[in-house]
Amino acid sequence: MNKTSFLHLWVCRILLAGLGLLFSLPFFWMISTSLKPLRETMKMPPVWLPIPPQWQNYPEAMAAMGPFWLYAANSLSLAVLNVLGTVLSSAVVAYGFSRLEWRGRDGLFFVLLMTMMIPFPVVMVPLYGLFRELGWIGTMKPLWAPAFFAGAFNVFLLRQFFLGLPRDLTDAARIDGCSEFRIFWQIILPLARPALLTVALFQFMATWNDFLGPLIFLAREEQYTLALGLQALQSTISGTPWHHLMAASTLVVLPAILLFFFTQKTFLRGIATTGLK
Amino acid sequence: MAKVILEELSKVFPGTKEQGSKVAVDQVSLEIASGEFVVLVGSSGCGKTTVLRMIAGLEEISSGVIRIGGRRVNDLPPKDRDIAMVFQNYALYPHMTVSRNMSFGLEMRGFPKEEIRRRVEGAAQTLGLLQPDNLLPRKPKALSGGQRQRVALGRALVREPQVFLFDEPLSNLDARMRVEMRAEISRLHHQLGSTMIYVTHDQTEAMTMADRIVVMSEGRVQQIGTPEDLYYQPANRFVAGFIGSPTMNFFHGVLLKTQGALAFAETCPAGKTPVWTLRLNPELAARLADRTGQPIVLGIRPEHLTPDSPKPSSLEIEVDLVEPMGAETFLYGHTARHKCACRVTAYETKELEGKKIHLSPDYERLLFFDPDNGHEVSGTKIPRIKLPLPVPHRKPPGL
Repeated sequence: MNKTSFLHLWVCRILLAGLGLLFSLPFFWMISTSLKPLRETMKMPPVWLPIPPQWQNYPEAMAAMGPFWLYAANSLSLAVLNVLGTVLSSAVVAYGFSRLEWRGRDGLFFVLLMTMMIPFPVVMVPLYGLFRELGWIGTMKPLWAPAFFAGAFNVFLLRQFFLGLPRDLTDAARIDGCSEFRIFWQIILPLARPALLTVALFQFMATWNDFLGPLIFLAREEQYTLALGLQALQSTISGTPWHHLMAASTLVVLPAILLFFFTQKTFLRGIATTGLK
Repeated sequence: MAKVILEELSKVFPGTKEQGSKVAVDQVSLEIASGEFVVLVGSSGCGKTTVLRMIAGLEEISSGVIRIGGRRVNDLPPKDRDIAMVFQNYALYPHMTVSRNMSFGLEMRGFPKEEIRRRVEGAAQTLGLLQPDNLLPRKPKALSGGQRQRVALGRALVREPQVFLFDEPLSNLDARMRVEMRAEISRLHHQLGSTMIYVTHDQTEAMTMADRIVVMSEGRVQQIGTPEDLYYQPANRFVAGFIGSPTMNFFHGVLLKTQGALAFAETCPAGKTPVWTLRLNPELAARLADRTGQPIVLGIRPEHLTPDSPKPSSLEIEVDLVEPMGAETFLYGHTARHKCACRVTAYETKELEGKKIHLSPDYERLLFFDPDNGHEVSGTKIPRIKLPLPVPHRKPPGL
């Protein structure tokens, strides 16, 4: 290795490590705060390491949130439904946009992509109106039913992946006697596993962390999700109990982080959309 | 085994706003006998693969008729045409084992388990997938290129189809493997006696494997014939240039009457006198007499030029490149106007480069082409060279 490339490598490493530290700082602060007594949370100069750690903050925070496990079950069931719906429907739609030839396909795909540019707050009010007409307000349906109708971003991601799969595979399957659905189900889907997992993970995180959706459409406390449950800690009259809020937040983001940690290899491969060869 | 008939088959790809529609295959008619091995050959984009895909049912037919085994198959889906296809990049299902790859087509057709097992094992045996290592439980990822192509062959084999279709199956293999698989496919053809249609851009594959070759260019059939026909009796300049390696030499020139005889004179850049004039023998001269004074293209294969001492009719070239192949040597050079290659059965070294040599053509093997439409116009029947093999012994009576 020559001198310049050695220098280059280390400059890159130091820069990346610095950025990594910067991004992990809020996360570290959340965990550190979750283990402090309340009076230390806002102390100046800041207390970086709580000694001794206040482990009892966790059970206290769970108790303060209300029915924690019920919220967790709600979050989980919504996440599972959303993941299932999104993966299935997006894959079918993406297959139609990538492997089938039909008139107006590319035009319609363009329209689909345009829906990606519309921010959620813009459609929030019309959506509310629509779900009210359907009588779904106050139920969980608005939070999972739309997932079964494929989202633009996921369709886009899967379509790009499907396009990368060699055409000859489908031709071979056709000669082998597969119907279009069987090609999709037995040839394309198994090969698209990294991409499907990526979509599933994105959707899980989005649903798990969603605050606005449950806030708008849910009415009764027993339907609340964890993200919504956190709010209970923020709005107590006697000021925010930061140590409890941070402890609960840690618990809430933990599953998402663990999931990413264990699937990151597949996840990154899916994003790079390198499936074959 | 089945006869395959193409009647005025055409394929037009619809155009976009910027580009008009494109005729990929133009009125191709062809009759392939039952059990015949036919190779479609041509440079890339000539429509050969499109023809094959139309036979397979993977590409819609714009006009014309395809019959397989007497049945019109235009509107049948691929699975009902009783064909099997081997693809260029093998197209093995990466997530299935070798044995599942081979059995998948049979499963789709609802064959009983026992029959599937028998056929897969039979094909694996034929193709050497069991020895020295049993490849059946492996995934395609764990196979070499040659092994993958064997599996792809096996997948076609187990189906026992009426017609085998091959789409450039050897082009992803290295040179040695290609020679081996070429022999393997020929052996399978002899063994099974099935109808096989094979697409390639490699004329060596075409010449070595085919019963008949179909040369295509720009969507049209240029010539259909046995390898021998195409080599000795090319119908036009395209076929003449396509078959044979190094490619045939072409010389632009005119037919002139000199001293009472017809001669070919090579055209030269303006201001230079023609250096090469070739007197034609009376028989050839008689056939070309009506073209006297007209431009013409002379074609000679590199193997029909022999280095010689300077003579009035010999062609002088300056050697640019010497390619010793071992048993023979390719000499590439140029005249004042044309490039010229020569193939000699000798071992020559690079020392010859930059030197001038004289070549004598084989008068019996000259071909003449119309400079406008490229058709062969001399009608020369080129004598074929056969090995002087002894006549097989008759069995003595009484045995």
